[in-house]
Amino acid sequence: MTPYSAIPKMSRMTAEQAMHQALREEFQRDPDVMLMGEGVATKRRDLLDDFSAARVRNTPLAEAIIAGTAVGAAASGLRPVIDLLFAPFMTYAMDALVNSAGKLRYLSGGQFRFPLVAIGMTGGGWSVGGQHNHNLEAMFVHAPGLKVVMPAAPADFKGLLKAAIRDDNPVLFFADIGLLHEAGDVPEQDDFIVPIGRAAVRRVGDDVTLVAYAKTVNVCMQAAAQLEAEGIAAEVIDLRSLKPLDVDSVLNSVRKTGRLIIVHEASGLCGIAAELASLAATHAYASLRAPIIRLTGPDAPAAASWVLEQAAIPTVEAVAQASRDLVEFMPVSLSETNLCTPNHRSAGSQSCIY
Amino acid sequence: MQAQPNTDAALRRLETMQLIRAYELALVELQRAGAPGTCTSVGQEACAVGVIEALDARDRIVSNHRSAGHLIARGAEPRRLMAEVLGRVDGYCGGRSGSLHISAQELGVVLTSTIVGGELSMAPGVALAQKMGKGDPGGIVAVFFGDGAACEGIFHEALNLAVLWQLPLLFVCENNQWQAFVHRLETMAEAAIADWARGHGLMVETVDGNDVDAVQDAAARAVAQIRASGGPAFLELSTYRQRGHFEPDDQTYVDPTELRGWLRRDPIRLYSERLRARGLIDSAGLTALQLRIDASITAALAYAQTSAWPSPETLTEYVYA
Ligand SMILES: Cc1ncc(C[n+]2csc(CCOP(=O)(O)OP(=O)(O)O)c2C)c(N)n1
Ligand SMILES: [Mg+2]
Repeated sequence: MTPYSAIPKMSRMTAEQAMHQALREEFQRDPDVMLMGEGVATKRRDLLDDFSAARVRNTPLAEAIIAGTAVGAAASGLRPVIDLLFAPFMTYAMDALVNSAGKLRYLSGGQFRFPLVAIGMTGGGWSVGGQHNHNLEAMFVHAPGLKVVMPAAPADFKGLLKAAIRDDNPVLFFADIGLLHEAGDVPEQDDFIVPIGRAAVRRVGDDVTLVAYAKTVNVCMQAAAQLEAEGIAAEVIDLRSLKPLDVDSVLNSVRKTGRLIIVHEASGLCGIAAELASLAATHAYASLRAPIIRLTGPDAPAAASWVLEQAAIPTVEAVAQASRDLVEFMPVSLSETNLCTPNHRSAGSQSCIY
Repeated sequence: MQAQPNTDAALRRLETMQLIRAYELALVELQRAGAPGTCTSVGQEACAVGVIEALDARDRIVSNHRSAGHLIARGAEPRRLMAEVLGRVDGYCGGRSGSLHISAQELGVVLTSTIVGGELSMAPGVALAQKMGKGDPGGIVAVFFGDGAACEGIFHEALNLAVLWQLPLLFVCENNQWQAFVHRLETMAEAAIADWARGHGLMVETVDGNDVDAVQDAAARAVAQIRASGGPAFLELSTYRQRGHFEPDDQTYVDPTELRGWLRRDPIRLYSERLRARGLIDSAGLTALQLRIDASITAALAYAQTSAWPSPETLTEYVYA
């Protein structure tokens, strides 16, 4: 039996509040932690008041120098967190993050480390269009030397942000806009950390493995609930970290279920789902009872129009249908094209690029 | 002493500014009712109207996230702008843009970008194409950007290139004192953006951006200089963002004294008073004008709200040429 004192004190809060609590606790714990960004001192006024203007800095509107400054400062003993607002603005910061933070430890023969965190929001839900909403996390996964996390649950927003701040590597922290105001239980104790690189099994099942991250975790959970009523037991894995990837958790599940569906809002081309599909095909080949399916966003910028924005996000119905297809799969009964499921049934014109 | 516009021109300036204001305030109401938020240009109408009036049909405009004034001053239909903001098919971009990146090539408003600095990165290329004979003969380009955009490194890259290659480009910095939730005094060591621009070696003028006649005058001079020399010019328009950055915004971070000071210098109020003093309009005329504009905005809204949603089938249309 768990001793009472070991049961974490939980509070109900939104993902956004959980991030703020993580920052506050890490500011308290380590005087080298600092925050920079356009409007961070305005938005997080309490941090400015309780810590110092030296550690909480509004910056000029200039992502390249925000990120570059963070890289230089990180190599020199500080632990900067930079808020780059919306993920597409990170392209301005890409040189510092990709070429400097990601490469100069290696290219210097290990002389430097870059303990910095870059935060960016992304994802559908605000009808802001493709220059604010672009799930470009896989671009950073592709860059050596960087870690990438993208949580779904409020507790993970807190625990992963704290882990990212304590990590000695540059960490990209993507916050799904659609989740920021969702509430959940969040542990209150100061040492609560969610280790980077570990997935969470959100639901146990034997028939099909649904792997997702960020807002599509909830899509999969809803699909799993529907499928349960039909007698299909889906296992749902929330990746939480995209690099390093918790490959073992995914493979162990696939070895059990023999069926794999990977779901994300980001485009499918060269994405996380493609990577996992490849790993499963190589390392769990003997267990697979059906082809692997990816349900992803299209190769298109996000539209502002609500209807189009939503049509780009994998739906509960698409996940449920793909699961049924896999459970019913017989090598002779279904042609390959039947399994090229567009992520949204009504977005029929989306070509099957897989 | 600047020239006084004739009666028609003066009344047109007032009417266009009022139309922009009414349009923006209608979007504020729409947002309260659940529509997507917008970056309104309330308080900056004189900048848009003054500069756009100084341009010809052959000229091109590159704009940013706060573009409604530029578009309306250029003749964009409020009903199609509203349809765009609401994500409907009759919007200028078929609902794909929403409020933040509305381009209307038919009006010469090309390449609106909501990436701050994006407008500055593309404008030299548009001007280069004009110079190399791709646009209408003699056309120039005006790029609208904010004081915040001037803090991006690309600002200096664009200025340097435009001067070096002598591009027919009018830089229009609407210095509204705010860069989202940060006051410009917190982000710039220099007192004015014009001081940065001067270092690049081009014609630079700082103007009261709340005085539409002064803006028009300065813009006309700059445009004439660009047409004569072929090279770029720079205008800094001092103005103020009266509402928040993006609706809704409670503006709790704004110094109320500063805001009140600028509200007293509201461009539409200043201009109404001026025209009244010149005897060009009276109270009855002003009321009639407001009623006419309100009616047109009501009609525009009805059009936008009954415009169809784009079909999800068209999701990937326009990705590739
Ligand atoms: C590269 C980039 N960084 C940040 C933002 C978020 N943002 C949008 S508008 C804005 C302020 C821009 O200030 P300014 O250029 O002065 O224009 P204003 O909004 O005052 O019209 C910010 C920070 C963005 N859209 N693009
Ligand atoms: Mg500004």
